[in-house]
Amino acid sequence: MADASVSEAKGGPMLAADGTPLKKSLSRALRRQKMRALALIAPLLVFVLLTFVLPIGDMLLRSIKNDIVAETLPATVVELADWDPEAEALPGDDVWMAFYVDMWFASERKEHTRLGTRLNYEQTGVSSLFRKTGRRVDRFDTDVYADQFVALDAAWENPATFASLLDSDAADALPVTADAWARWKDFNEEEGDKVLEEDVPDFLYTALYHDLSKAPQVSGPALSAAAAAVPGFETVSLPEQFEDADEDWMDPEVWKTIQLYSPRVTSGYFANAADMQLTPEGIQQRPENEQIYGTLFKRTLFMSLMITGSCILLAYPVAWLLANLPMRVANLLMILVLLPFWTSLLVRTSAWKVMLQQQGVINDVLVWLGLVADDARLTMINNQFGTIVAMTHILLPFMILPMYSVMQTIPPTYLRAAKSLGATNWTAFWRVYFPQSVPGIGAGSILVFILAIGYYITPEIVGGNTGTFISNRIAYHISSSLNWGLAAALGTILLVVVLVLYWAYDKIVGIDNVKLG
Amino acid sequence: MKLTKTLLATTALTVAAGSAMAESHMASDMTLVSWGGAYQSSQQKAYVEPYQANNPGVNVVWDESSNEAVAKLRAMNEAGNITWDLVDVVASDAIRLCDEGLAMEIDPEADLAAAPDGTSAEDDFGDLLVSDCFIPQIVYSTTFGYRTDMVGDTPPTSVCAVFDTEAYPGKRALEKRPINNMEWALLCDGVAKEDVYDVLETPEGQDQALAKLDTIKDDVIWWSAGADTPQLLADGEVVMGSTYNGRLFSVIEEQDQPVAMLWDAQVFDLDGWIIPAGLSDERLARVKDFVKFATDTQRLADQAKYISYGPARQSSAPLVGQHAELGIDMAPHMPTDPNNATNTFLYNYEFWADYRDDIDAKFQAWLAQ
Repeated sequence: MADASVSEAKGGPMLAADGTPLKKSLSRALRRQKMRALALIAPLLVFVLLTFVLPIGDMLLRSIKNDIVAETLPATVVELADWDPEAEALPGDDVWMAFYVDMWFASERKEHTRLGTRLNYEQTGVSSLFRKTGRRVDRFDTDVYADQFVALDAAWENPATFASLLDSDAADALPVTADAWARWKDFNEEEGDKVLEEDVPDFLYTALYHDLSKAPQVSGPALSAAAAAVPGFETVSLPEQFEDADEDWMDPEVWKTIQLYSPRVTSGYFANAADMQLTPEGIQQRPENEQIYGTLFKRTLFMSLMITGSCILLAYPVAWLLANLPMRVANLLMILVLLPFWTSLLVRTSAWKVMLQQQGVINDVLVWLGLVADDARLTMINNQFGTIVAMTHILLPFMILPMYSVMQTIPPTYLRAAKSLGATNWTAFWRVYFPQSVPGIGAGSILVFILAIGYYITPEIVGGNTGTFISNRIAYHISSSLNWGLAAALGTILLVVVLVLYWAYDKIVGIDNVKLG
Repeated sequence: MKLTKTLLATTALTVAAGSAMAESHMASDMTLVSWGGAYQSSQQKAYVEPYQANNPGVNVVWDESSNEAVAKLRAMNEAGNITWDLVDVVASDAIRLCDEGLAMEIDPEADLAAAPDGTSAEDDFGDLLVSDCFIPQIVYSTTFGYRTDMVGDTPPTSVCAVFDTEAYPGKRALEKRPINNMEWALLCDGVAKEDVYDVLETPEGQDQALAKLDTIKDDVIWWSAGADTPQLLADGEVVMGSTYNGRLFSVIEEQDQPVAMLWDAQVFDLDGWIIPAGLSDERLARVKDFVKFATDTQRLADQAKYISYGPARQSSAPLVGQHAELGIDMAPHMPTDPNNATNTFLYNYEFWADYRDDIDAKFQAWLAQ
């Protein structure tokens, strides 16, 4: 310190004890402190990142990801991009050729059924179409081409002929064959086979015929001879082969669907999640009898608000009692509040079933008292009412606890002071006590609302058909229909809705006004 | 310094012990996935206990996840860590798992035992090998049970009683999905049995089925767990309801409730094993050995001692005996018994693989209205 003041007196920068400028030394010390703090929270940070942020991010990305079409049918996707459904009813020969090769590899790798499942979400029937075609595609009548090439020149039977031809410049004249050959080589490598020891597959001859039939400039004796002979070849129509496998290939809708879902990123899932669908003419509303998600989102919001509201009404007096009764009674009451909290969720939900069903406890009592007729028992479960009752009960502790901890901090002297200044009981409560308890209500409401909006077990069990939430559909798409993209889109929308509501809450009430204790 | 050393030593010891345990664990553990409840315990008694008697080194761990098996297997596959060795699924899920490449294809001749009389496994299972990956165990049916004390003097004999709220007032329990319900609705709306799926393929047919269901919509309690209907019947909440026949058997025979079976238009379905794709050779060898034993003729027949589901092998049918505890003959309680199977339906796997998403969307939209 003395040194520093000396150097300052000299007019230079202030120096620390070791002679470095004080500013630098201070910032170094601060940085070290920051690093230490970071190191302390690093395990938590890494944990949250790995187990929370990454998986959720990955899940949300699925709502737009659509790699599967382009990866399973790489050549078809390229060729199909030029197809104009308005101009021609069905795609041209290039597409069929590309599709034949793609399907052959897909069925060998067992990827075609996966793609069928994916596209079946968009068009009914595609699933079995791909499954059936996959079974047939290696038994197409395209051996006709193989026989004719081999009859022309026995060298065509030898994979080495293809290798020497297609691994050279001549390949430029035979684009489809070269591409198919490259994939065939990769495929054998994957399988651990040697491409030169395998029989040449039919699709390579078909591709060769396809390329040569366009009369390209070719060189080399074998190829020139083949090119000259090709116009006289007996042909096999690929569209007819596919039609034999399944006549749905003649349906332009199938091709439109493949074309529509070719891009690697799609808005299709979000369109579906908003009761709309992707069509070649743009995004359109779904027919009325298929619209469901809008209804469910509205219902989820409405019911979550109802549950939050009834939780506030029920929890406020309980929290007030807890905060104001003598310690011993309050503790007993606290245990009563916490007891259901420690009981399994399923048990509590099932208990409500026993209570509320038509042959249940409440109805029995009402009938016994003569308040309702035996044949007109009240329907209190498997509908919205049952869901709201059961969920209010289950979420009540989440409302009571923050309210209680806030109310505990309100000094009772304030109320007494208000009254001594002439306020009535109501005024003293409403003007003095209530405003101070608002942060507790805010914290409880946010907790309960956010928990309610994503709840799914209780609505599934007691919701019937009018009390189910959007989360039930999300769960269905995750575990039953396996349409994870749609589930991710619905989940993303739900997340955005919650964030918007949170933002609105912050604007209206102020997030600083939330206290958990 | 001392503390650090102690800590380090403890950590090292824990890691060593942990990995040693994990290894010994891995060497003999086999994780079987099933449905829990009475069904799983029938598998435990009929297959696992006899197998372990011969192979004391193998430790079987059960995981009750069959309900979400398809989703979980897909997740495991993406994560590259398959922790299951053998999974019990319904046939439609087996087909999907096979389609997705998540289940391994099996060779019935090599992987399954022949019948005692020498009939090959392929012929013994016959048509029930509905997918290349599927090893059938049981035939079960989804059918109706009704309260005998709530139907008056004329107990229902036809599935259409479900739609007749005048003759049989009261609530009905139906599964919260279109499968089976749509077929029953069309049958009771005058569509001939052989035309049901042709009609259901068309949007008009789907509307027709939903319109028929609409006539009883207010009287239906929708279930999503197989245990719901038995409970609703036992409580007298519903006058009739659909569920799996084994569940009804246990309500009627084991719990002695006033409930009877309505076998009419029961829908047959299959349940069986799949082996997940991507197991290590060692685990695969172990699980193949087990599955060959567990699906042989005697084991499948034994299972019927504990639960009223029909064995999937033809050769097992004559060996079905008596219930292990009640001592009653099980044959008359099998869905495949000729008296019960006068009017049956076989789950149409291909149809529902194609139409499931589409019809489910319409069904759920109709439900939510």
